[in-house]
Amino acid sequence: MAATVAYKDRQLLAVIGDEDSVTGLLLAGIGHVTNPPDAQRNFLVVDAKTETSEIERAFQTFTQERKDIAVVLINQHVAERIRHIVDTFTDPFPAVLEIPSKDHPYDPEKDSVLKRVRRLFGE
Amino acid sequence: MSGAVGREPVFPTRQSLGLMKSKLKGAEIGHSLLKRKSEALTKRFREITRRIDEAKQKMGRVMQIAAFSLAEVSYAVGGDIGYQVQESAKQARFRVRAKQENVSGVLLPHFESYTQEGVNDFALTGLGKGGQQIQRCRETYARAVETLVELASLQTAFLILDEVIKVVNRRVNAIEHVIIPRTENTIKYINSELDELDREEFYRLKKVSGKKQRDVAAADAEIAAARQKEAEKKAQAGTPAQEAKEEEAESTDVLGEQEDNDVIF
Repeated sequence: MAATVAYKDRQLLAVIGDEDSVTGLLLAGIGHVTNPPDAQRNFLVVDAKTETSEIERAFQTFTQERKDIAVVLINQHVAERIRHIVDTFTDPFPAVLEIPSKDHPYDPEKDSVLKRVRRLFGE
Repeated sequence: MSGAVGREPVFPTRQSLGLMKSKLKGAEIGHSLLKRKSEALTKRFREITRRIDEAKQKMGRVMQIAAFSLAEVSYAVGGDIGYQVQESAKQARFRVRAKQENVSGVLLPHFESYTQEGVNDFALTGLGKGGQQIQRCRETYARAVETLVELASLQTAFLILDEVIKVVNRRVNAIEHVIIPRTENTIKYINSELDELDREEFYRLKKVSGKKQRDVAAADAEIAAARQKEAEKKAQAGTPAQEAKEEEAESTDVLGEQEDNDVIF
């Protein structure tokens, strides 16, 4: 029953994405900043200038270090940049969800979960 | 492969035969139960996969609408509100709660979204202009996030079920292809060994009785030979008087014997 304890206190959503997606999701009210001194945001704005290593670090933090995040939302084109990490992350918690962004239409072929679905059904 | 599974290291006794038989029965029951579990999970799994597919399509539409409403906001506000929004985010208003659902012994989490009342980080956003658009945008995005949360719980269930189904199928296959054939092999082995022992025992008994018969036959032959010799002797030098005497002696002997019997009684 360790898993039960593990996700009982997961309440937040985290987001990694371009400015528009992050703004919209923050408007919906998912933004959370932990108390100082080590104020941690649960969102990361990615633009063309953002280093891939920074995205990787944020993804690792959201998925492995923070225990209060239940769902990680990540723009698909951002996920493309760290595809190897997203594909290797297979734990059920937190759930990693690839979402479409304004400029990049959603492509089901690239989604790591949908890829598994397709593979399972032998398509 | 079933020929190479070998057998369990047991002594071929009746007791271990009984043990193996009950083990085989247990394995068969376990196999059918696990098979049923696997089927139930797979049914659930297929349903979830279908729903994921649907939800993904829906997510595409919903996010498109949400992005459009955000564009409306930036048009109405006349500038970028992204920075302001990011800075004013402090407490999550939109949260999720994990619930559990039990599918044939597997606990599947189900996220449920709820909004924390009394937290509003964006009270001042769009105060100048575009407040209405921002309000609408927030509602749209809240609905979009609800869809996303639903999708996330489906996805989590998908991952967990995938794992569990793999484990269950592995067990089913292990029982079907390793444990049951091996136990059957062991039972066969014990039976053949026991039969072998039976045959050995039978052969031994036969040998013993054969030996006894031979002994008896030999003894009979000896006695017969001795009698014949005696008869020949008598025929050579025997007189009727002597014979009569002998007969008398025999009869007295018999009487003596009877007397003895009475004494015993």
